[in-house]
Amino acid sequence: MTRKLELSRRVALLGLSAGALSGCDRLSMQPGFREALQSVEGLNYRLHRLLLSGPQLAREYSEADISTRFHANGTTMPTTDAYAQLMGGGFASWRLRIDGLVQRPAEYSLAQLRNMPARTQITRHDCVEGWSAIGKWKGVPLRLLLQAAGLRPEARYIVFYCADFLGGVDNPNGRYYESIDLVDAFHPQTILAYEMNDEPLPVRHGAPIRLRVERQLGYKHAKYVMRIEAVASYRGLYRGRGGYWPDRGYEWYAGI
Amino acid sequence: MARKTKPKTSRTADGRERIYRHTLLVRITHWINVVCIVVLIMSGLQIFNAHARLYWGSDGTWGDPAILSIASVTRNGEAVGVTEIGPAKLETTGVLGVSDYDGKAERRAWPGWATLPSFKSLAIGRAWHFFFAWLFVLNGLVYLTHLLATGRLQRDMAPTRAQWRGFWPSLISHLKLHRVRGEESKTYNVLQKIAYLSIIFVFLPLMLLTGLTMSPGMNAAAPWLLDIFGGRQSARTIHFIAAFAIIGFIAIHVFEVFLQGPVNEIRSMITGWFTVEPEKKKEARDDAKA
Repeated sequence: MTRKLELSRRVALLGLSAGALSGCDRLSMQPGFREALQSVEGLNYRLHRLLLSGPQLAREYSEADISTRFHANGTTMPTTDAYAQLMGGGFASWRLRIDGLVQRPAEYSLAQLRNMPARTQITRHDCVEGWSAIGKWKGVPLRLLLQAAGLRPEARYIVFYCADFLGGVDNPNGRYYESIDLVDAFHPQTILAYEMNDEPLPVRHGAPIRLRVERQLGYKHAKYVMRIEAVASYRGLYRGRGGYWPDRGYEWYAGI
Repeated sequence: MARKTKPKTSRTADGRERIYRHTLLVRITHWINVVCIVVLIMSGLQIFNAHARLYWGSDGTWGDPAILSIASVTRNGEAVGVTEIGPAKLETTGVLGVSDYDGKAERRAWPGWATLPSFKSLAIGRAWHFFFAWLFVLNGLVYLTHLLATGRLQRDMAPTRAQWRGFWPSLISHLKLHRVRGEESKTYNVLQKIAYLSIIFVFLPLMLLTGLTMSPGMNAAAPWLLDIFGGRQSARTIHFIAAFAIIGFIAIHVFEVFLQGPVNEIRSMITGWFTVEPEKKKEARDDAKA
């Protein structure tokens, strides 16, 4: 084969692969195609619910395994005046509200939460980006708060509203929020943590409390939790996908 | 049980012998696998770009010592790609760390031509990856069932005693880029069999298992996965290394297809029929040498 022919063949091959690539990019941007790709999320969720139907715990580590570095992603300092005031007062005036589809809506101060039975666990935090860090968490099992509030039978999901606006304070969909199903909500390792590594939870990790939902990725572990709502569906909230990152294309079920 | 049947044979129009090498199921699963593996590798590199660092053990994050890291630094106002593998530090501007995207230098570990989608999107990369991971597993199960049920594993893939004895000569003949013709081309040679067996039974299952080990849900369901791979970050590192072993296999596989005769080889994976080229050329070459 002559050099010219070889070259033109190479150019053709390059063009072909570039064409296929931009085709895949176009497909990636098509909502219908993405829906189809993400339909396997339902398959993953059902498979995991089948495999995790019992009390399977996330691995717990020893004190020696605690990571020296624990990166903080997302918001590391909420910017609102309301949060600044709470922080300035050492979160003494902070209240956690529990409402929605419950028999007895309630409010808890940080002191009240600290006086409830606590669970301490050393677990691994896996960021969707790929990194992991091990930390020690102490907090109230969410189950206890939900039992005290008494879920109404229509309740299917627990929603966590946060004090930070990762998407911008002026953006109506800017508030960070997350939601989990009742299997994870009642799981023994699902806690509202107010301590990290034997210290009060630092602001960059979500003071005064953050959710720990150990069998899912980091973005489900809502920081700066202000309000907990029991709902039948999360479709009506913000962009309807059940969480700040799910609203932006990530999976609602983040067990993988 | 393995059937000791000879493959179907026929003749081409010009009288050369043809053998029916690949069943319809093998051909279909092969091409589905091609699509799956290309998508999985490219979307995998997109996912890797979200944190282009590899660690060993359970944990590892920004600031922790990394086995491999692909990053960018700024020098004299210019973005410079820096890749570190163990103690080695390489400048990789243009490909790794910093590369051209839409006419501009972009800070990204793997370049746009290697990732799916080509633009940065962890969310879309994950969507592609998980969809095609399912397809890959289901397709692989169909293929494996066929391989075992028809006895092809025993008949076509298991190296014979004679082949084991000929291991070194076969290696040398491969290194000399020998074109296999005649009787010899009717069966897989020993290196080919070892390559196929290790891909089917070692590397592809390793990809699946290390992939599952990165899932926090699977970690609770099957904690032993963490133990066999030495932690989640080790599993992520092995996932990456095994992916490159598979890329290496694909490179040699495609090279051999082109070396041995691309039309005949590719046609055989489409129609199933493989033409046995006569040995004449080789003899002529040997005569010329003598």
